[in-house]
Amino acid sequence: MRITCPYCGTRDIREFAYRGAAIDANRPAPDAGAAAWDDFVHLRDNPAGETQDLWYHEGGCSAWVMVTRNTVTHEVLECRAVKP
Amino acid sequence: MRFSALKVFTQGLSGNKGWTPHWRDPEPKAEYDIILIGGGGHGLATAYYLAKNHGMKNIAVLEKGYIGGGNVGRNTTIVRANYFLPGNSEFYSHSLKLWEGLSSDLNYNVMFSQRGLINLFHSDGQRDAFARRGNAMVNQGDDAVLLDPDGVRKHLPYLDFDNGRFPIFGGLYHPRGGTARHDAVAWGYARGADQRGVDLIQNCEVTGIDIENGAVRGVQTSRGPIRAKKVAMVAAGRSGQVAAMAGMRLPVESHVLQAFVTEGLKPCIDHVVSFGMGHFYISQSDKGGLVFGGDLDFYASYGQRGNLPMKEHVMEAAMTLMPMIGKARVVRSWGGIMDMTPDGSPVIDTTDTDGLFVNCGWCYGGFKAVPASGYAYAHLIATGQPHETATGFRLDRFRTGVGLIDEEGTGSQHNLH
Repeated sequence: MRITCPYCGTRDIREFAYRGAAIDANRPAPDAGAAAWDDFVHLRDNPAGETQDLWYHEGGCSAWVMVTRNTVTHEVLECRAVKP
Repeated sequence: MRFSALKVFTQGLSGNKGWTPHWRDPEPKAEYDIILIGGGGHGLATAYYLAKNHGMKNIAVLEKGYIGGGNVGRNTTIVRANYFLPGNSEFYSHSLKLWEGLSSDLNYNVMFSQRGLINLFHSDGQRDAFARRGNAMVNQGDDAVLLDPDGVRKHLPYLDFDNGRFPIFGGLYHPRGGTARHDAVAWGYARGADQRGVDLIQNCEVTGIDIENGAVRGVQTSRGPIRAKKVAMVAAGRSGQVAAMAGMRLPVESHVLQAFVTEGLKPCIDHVVSFGMGHFYISQSDKGGLVFGGDLDFYASYGQRGNLPMKEHVMEAAMTLMPMIGKARVVRSWGGIMDMTPDGSPVIDTTDTDGLFVNCGWCYGGFKAVPASGYAYAHLIATGQPHETATGFRLDRFRTGVGLIDEEGTGSQHNLH
């Protein structure tokens, strides 16, 4: 798998650290309640097919990259920069 | 047909023409008392123990592929009971006891080989941690021996003891651990369940779970609808998709774990050796191939194959630990889909839907758990109560934070185990 860093170009996945499902954009409010936080921290759609996850360009420019890819074929479809 | 040495002998004399298929290939009935979704090791064992321990007859196992084609045929066949935490300890201890009687119980040779498992350590701190783990194992009634470097050398003379980065300080020896023939485990449970009246229905993919007024009514499948009083999910890496049919989201992320095998060699590795610091473990199959593996690739995946970086990491760890392995040729590598939970421990529980049960989250430790998981899941399905060895595997522990079973002590969060 190769991931395209929006700043550095296409790089080997060795340069990236995997954060997990791209859920951080939907972080619940601190007082949203146990169910909302359980949903956010633990529960996952875990799709077989297209998914979005976050990768950190640890061995490069330290950018956070949201990667759209296929979990069955390992095909990387889209990479874009996101704020930390 | 009951297998015996006499049977093998007489069949050998008569050209082996009398063997019959090990299980039937029935058409699905319109209704069952219990449907198990998933014909892997855990599903087959559950069916077997439902029939054997609880006298249930009207059971179907629905398998979308073929028996033995999933993770039960893709693992590295290791069996051990070297857990530390309450919740896990009693469960894996029970599983090991079931393994010890399995071939005779199933009348099927699962080739269970208690060759002993050695977990290596490389620092004073690690030695203390393993001493503590060994004491927990002994307290549980299982076996553990703390070996010093000379003790390890006696068993494993071929290791690089004076490695600059990971000098070997000793090992935790678990003599009753070992390996089993993974396919035979699937086939043995399948045959045992079939003989007790369970319908094993292959090439039958569940496409929907019917729920009315909060109770399960049956399933939709690629071979038509089937009604059922109880439906039990046991789909390992595919648990997320199955649970979604029942409107559930699980605390599970599916990851790929790779494994490797070399060409067949003469006997050279007599134990299961685990090199935790290098995320590497190895044993030798009865056919002679060195079977080994490493850590997860560490990204969500349903591809039953991994990427190159982890392959290289595993090979480097192998060379670090036992330089002699460099002469062996790797002939095959593959991946299995691991249903990873945040705390690294599994779930065997009821759900909010009446009659719907969930068994998932075995992470990369599902194979050794097959007997006890089937035993406990059957008990839960039949009685509605968790079995005494599996009271800790509750689904709500993540939401409440109570009863987390974080064996590695790395935290209850995805991607840490």
